[in-house]
Amino acid sequence: MSLLELRKLNKHFGGLHVTNSVDLTLQPGEIHCLIGPNGAGKSTLFRLILGEHHPGSGEILFAGENITSLKSFARIHRGLSVKFQVPGVFKGLSVRQNLEIALQSRHRGAELEAEIDRLLAFLGLGSEQAQTAGNLSHGQKQWLEIGMAISLKPRLLLLDEPTAGMSPEETHLTGEMVQRLNAEGMTVLAIEHDMTFVRQVAQRVTVLHLGQVFAQGSIDEIVADERVAAIYLGQAHA
Amino acid sequence: MTALVSLFRRLEGPQTVGRGPVFWGLFAIVLAVGIAYPLFSDGYTVGNTVYFFVWVFIALSLCLIWGYGGSLSFGQTAFFGIAGYGYGVLTLNFGSAYGFTLIAFVAAIVIAALFAVLLGYFMFFGRIAGVFLGIVTLAVTLMLERFMAQTAGPEWHIGSARLNGFNGMSAMPPLTIPWPGEPIVLFADVGLYYFVLGLLVFVYLALRILMNSSFGNVIVAIRENPERAEMLGYDIRKYQLITFVIGAALAGISGVLYTAWGQYITPSSMGMTAAALPLIWVAVGGRSDLTSTVVGTLVVLAAFQALTIYGSQYALVFMGVLLVLTVLIAPNGLVLGAMNWLGKLAARLTQRAG
Repeated sequence: MSLLELRKLNKHFGGLHVTNSVDLTLQPGEIHCLIGPNGAGKSTLFRLILGEHHPGSGEILFAGENITSLKSFARIHRGLSVKFQVPGVFKGLSVRQNLEIALQSRHRGAELEAEIDRLLAFLGLGSEQAQTAGNLSHGQKQWLEIGMAISLKPRLLLLDEPTAGMSPEETHLTGEMVQRLNAEGMTVLAIEHDMTFVRQVAQRVTVLHLGQVFAQGSIDEIVADERVAAIYLGQAHA
Repeated sequence: MTALVSLFRRLEGPQTVGRGPVFWGLFAIVLAVGIAYPLFSDGYTVGNTVYFFVWVFIALSLCLIWGYGGSLSFGQTAFFGIAGYGYGVLTLNFGSAYGFTLIAFVAAIVIAALFAVLLGYFMFFGRIAGVFLGIVTLAVTLMLERFMAQTAGPEWHIGSARLNGFNGMSAMPPLTIPWPGEPIVLFADVGLYYFVLGLLVFVYLALRILMNSSFGNVIVAIRENPERAEMLGYDIRKYQLITFVIGAALAGISGVLYTAWGQYITPSSMGMTAAALPLIWVAVGGRSDLTSTVVGTLVVLAAFQALTIYGSQYALVFMGVLLVLTVLIAPNGLVLGAMNWLGKLAARLTQRAG
């Protein structure tokens, strides 16, 4: 059974058809990258999956269950988790508190503290734990939010541009982290512009263009596809 | 026992300023002074101090909803009024025997809280947020004021309690504790003082525990980033509603105590000026901290009363100037700013000494 299945998903913003009959299936355990030029409807697709937007028509199935009309928090309880494009950390709170809020519904007391310490070490933010999250560098904020997202132990992790604002080294480390999480059984759907990152992690790639699925395949197939190059990679390389 | 210990551990935490032996030592001294104070004062001054204490609860309600929760409610006076009138109607109908005033005290607060459940449900589940929440709550309190102001006719009564329009209700019995022999009547002096002081300390400590619990964490998370909070699996509208209802109950405590203190309540207690003043106390003190709110409210109230002696209109202008200065100089509040500055100073001094 597929983990996530989008069936003929449609979304209009006024006259703009941002999601046009999108079909997408994710198998459990895969790392799937969603690419496409700006305005292709990638982030909108995430918001539909998360229940922040509701589709005009179509269905969203998660692990066989129709979640199309579920509220966002209920979808999180089913095993979804997200890192937003603009890092959504609790800016006024300390790094430690950010993680505590993410972890407190699963752990309590001394176990909670130990779990926070473990996650801080995993993210390399141990020395920043008392720092106000708003004062972190952009890359560190990204890591913190990834940490919060994975602390829920989701079955499907949605990453919206996880490496934006990161140095090549940080990007590579993030890629390794995604692979490590994947090896532990986490399915990942990532929106990414950094093709090095996509090449590093993606097992399958879907190209979105003008709200429609334009192409799908391995990274090599996508790169070899001249139509894709014309709309997206061509622009990126120009 | 361990549950109790972990409860008390939550008295300190990231959500409340003030920790360690210095803070709690100061707290104990202030409390001791508070307990001893009536012994060195006269009944009128003590009664006046009770009047200050009465308002702290509505300030704390705003601190909770606005400072911690990030939702600016402009209409906490609506719950103040509902509870105040509720106490009046209940006690004027059923009297003060058999400890009924205490039942009315609780019942009036529950009525205010139930009203908040209704209003809050439509606001939060209708996704009203930001400035619109302030507008709706302000509209509700002004509407209640207008409504009560036109209830002068004899047809406006609940049981034997006349609502009396703009003049308001009066002559309800003060809080009365049943006691073998003779019931203890808490008139607006020493008796009521200890009752309100006890309640204030209890509410303050309980709120400290609440805000440093996992519930408080979620409330603050919603203020910082509601979308992120929901995407961590929290039903944020439920949390906002619960906070709003607790806040309404706190404002209700103020309303009942005010009514029992002065034995009257008028529609203007839900009017524009009444609704705006708590915002100023809380903003000047430091809305995102309980201690700053309590200290700020008491200081501003005392200053306000001192100024009123020279002319009440000037006092209101001064309040406005104070709010503008706070927003410009210390947007997080003057008391909170001063406490943070002292904390940093102390840390630097201990660092230098060590």
